Amino acid sequence: MTALTVAGLTLREASRRRVVWALLALTVVLLALSGWGFTKLVGLDTDLGTMTSGEARLVASLMLNLIMFGMSLIAAIGTAFLAGPTLAGEVESGQALALLARPVRRSSVVLGKWLGLVTFGCGYVVMAGLAQLLVVRVAVGYWPPAPASGLALLAGETIVLLTLALLLSSVVSPMASGIVAVGLFGATWVAGVVGGIGGSLGNEGVERVGTVSRILLPTDGLWRGAMNAFQDPSALVQMGPRGGFPFLSEAALAPAYLAWAVAWVAVVWGLTALSFQRRDV
Amino acid sequence: MVSADAASVRDMTAETAAAATAADALAGLPPSPAVWCSGLHKRYGRQTAVDDVSFAVARGEVLGLLGPNGAGKTSVIKMLLGLVRPDAGEVLLLGRRSADPQSRSAVGYLPELFRYQPWLTAAEVLALHVRLSRVEVSDQERRECLALVGLADRRNDRVGGFSKGMQQRLGLAVALVARPELVVLDEPTSALDPLGRVDVRDLVLSLKSRGVAVLLNSHLIGEVERVCDRVVILDKGRVAASGTLAELLGQREVRLRLGGLDGRAEARLRAAGSLTRSSDWFTVALPADDDGVTVPDLVHDLVGLGVRVHAVEPVRISLEERLLGILRHEESAP
Repeated sequence: MTALTVAGLTLREASRRRVVWALLALTVVLLALSGWGFTKLVGLDTDLGTMTSGEARLVASLMLNLIMFGMSLIAAIGTAFLAGPTLAGEVESGQALALLARPVRRSSVVLGKWLGLVTFGCGYVVMAGLAQLLVVRVAVGYWPPAPASGLALLAGETIVLLTLALLLSSVVSPMASGIVAVGLFGATWVAGVVGGIGGSLGNEGVERVGTVSRILLPTDGLWRGAMNAFQDPSALVQMGPRGGFPFLSEAALAPAYLAWAVAWVAVVWGLTALSFQRRDV
Repeated sequence: MVSADAASVRDMTAETAAAATAADALAGLPPSPAVWCSGLHKRYGRQTAVDDVSFAVARGEVLGLLGPNGAGKTSVIKMLLGLVRPDAGEVLLLGRRSADPQSRSAVGYLPELFRYQPWLTAAEVLALHVRLSRVEVSDQERRECLALVGLADRRNDRVGGFSKGMQQRLGLAVALVARPELVVLDEPTSALDPLGRVDVRDLVLSLKSRGVAVLLNSHLIGEVERVCDRVVILDKGRVAASGTLAELLGQREVRLRLGGLDGRAEARLRAAGSLTRSSDWFTVALPADDDGVTVPDLVHDLVGLGVRVHAVEPVRISLEERLLGILRHEESAP
C-alpha cells in the first residue's frame, strides 16, 4: 500500500518535473535522425559499388545496435539522475522528514521508489526501443531475430543501473550518486570493449577485465545479450567470430548470467533498504 | 447432576466476574502517555548531542521543549519519531514502541525544516499524507484543515510557488490532517508573521481543548508560557529543568520599600522567605506553597514592629528570566 503510493508519487514527479517530456523530445530527435540515416543506407554508393540488400541488412544490424546503445545510454543517464536525487535529495531538502514520520516502513518507501523508477525506466526503454525497431523496419526492412528478449534485456540493464543509483542515493549526496552510477556504467562498458579486444588478440588477462567487470556490474553483460538479440545472425559470420567489435555480441546470454543479474539486483536492493533503514534523516 | 451443573454455572459466573473486574481495572487505568522516553542518548561523531534525556507528555497535555541553539531539542524530537536512531534509550509513542511504524499512526509532525513536494498542489500534499496515514479523511475535512491554516484559496496551487510562511502553514495542515492524538511542532512559527503566530497559539489551544497532546519546540518563550502546561528545558543535550509552569515559576517574590527597620523586623522578614536588600528596597522570595496570607501577615507584623511601609509590590518571575537563570546556572534547577 505504502509502496504503491510512493511508486505513484515517483511517477508523478517524473511527469511533473517534465523528465518525461525531455526524454520524449530527445527520443523523437534520435528516431528521426536514425530514420533519415537508415533510408540513405539502401542503394548507398560505396567504393566497392552499390550495396546489396544483404549488405544493407548487415550494416543496418550494426547501426541498430549502435543506436540502441545510444538509447540505453539515455535511459541509463535519465534513470540514474532520477534515482540519484530521490532518497538523498529528499533527505537533504527535508522532504523526507514529514513523509518518514508517517506510519510507514522505510523499506516500503524504498520499494515504492524502486517500483516507480523501474516502471518509468522500463516503460521508456521498451517504448523507445520498439519505436526504433519499427523505424528500421520501415526504412530498410530489417527486423531483429529476437526483439522481445532484446528489449527485455535492455530494460533489465536499466533496472540494474537504477538499483545501483538508488543504493548510492541512500549513502552519498544526490549529485555524487548520479555521477558515480553513470560513471560505473560507462566504465563497465569500456571494460567490456577492452575485454573483447583482449579476446580478439588472444590475451586472456585483458579478456578477464571484461568478464570481471560484467560480474561486478551486470549492465554490460545484459547489453551484450540485448545486442545479440538485435543483430543479424549473419553479421558475426561476416565480421569474423573474434572481431572484438564493440557493437556485435558473440553469444546469447547464458541463463546462469541472467540468474546472477537477478540475484545482483536483489542483493543491492536489500543493501539499499538496510542502509536507508539505518540512516538518520 | 443438577448440583454439578449449578457448580459449573457458579464457576463460570465467577470467571466472568473476574474477567469483568480485570476489564474494569484496565479501563480504570490511565491511558498510556502520548510520549514516553527514557535515557535517550545520541552522539554525532565526537559530539554528544543528547545525553540521558527522559520525559513524558500526558494525553491532552501541551509540553514545551525549550533550550538554546544546539541544546538537542530537534534531535530529541527526531528520535521520538524514529527519524534518528538513538544510541541508547527507549521511546513509546501513544503506548507503542517507536520501532513499530504503527506507533506514528496518530502522530502529526511539523518539522523544523519544512519542505513539501514542490510539484504537488497543497490539496495533493494533504491527500498523500492521508493515504500514508491510512486514515479515512473526507475531502470536506481536508478543505477545512487547509482553511484552518489560511490556505483555503490556495489548495489547487503548486507548493513550488508558495512563500516560506505559506509552506509552514501547509506543514501545520499536514500535521493536523490525519486526526492526530499527538502533534509534534518543531519551531512552528519560525517563518510566520505576528498574525500567523497568534493563529498557531490559538491552534495549539484548540488542540489542547480537544484532548490532543502537543509537543512544542519553540524559541518564542512568550508563546510557550501562554500555551504550555509543562516545560522541559534542555541544555547541552541534558534536561536542565522540567516541571509545570507553576513549579518552574512558582517562586514568587514580593518587593517592599521600608523605613525604620530594626533587627527584629529584619528577622521577621527573613522568617517569611529568603531576603535580598538594595538600599531601602527589600525583596522576599515567597514559598511555593504560599496560600496568600504570607504577605498580609508580614505587613501586619512589620507595622506592629514600628516599621514604616512605603510600598508593597508583588513580583512575578517570567519564564524567560527563569530560563536564563537556569541556563546561566544562577539558580539550581528544581
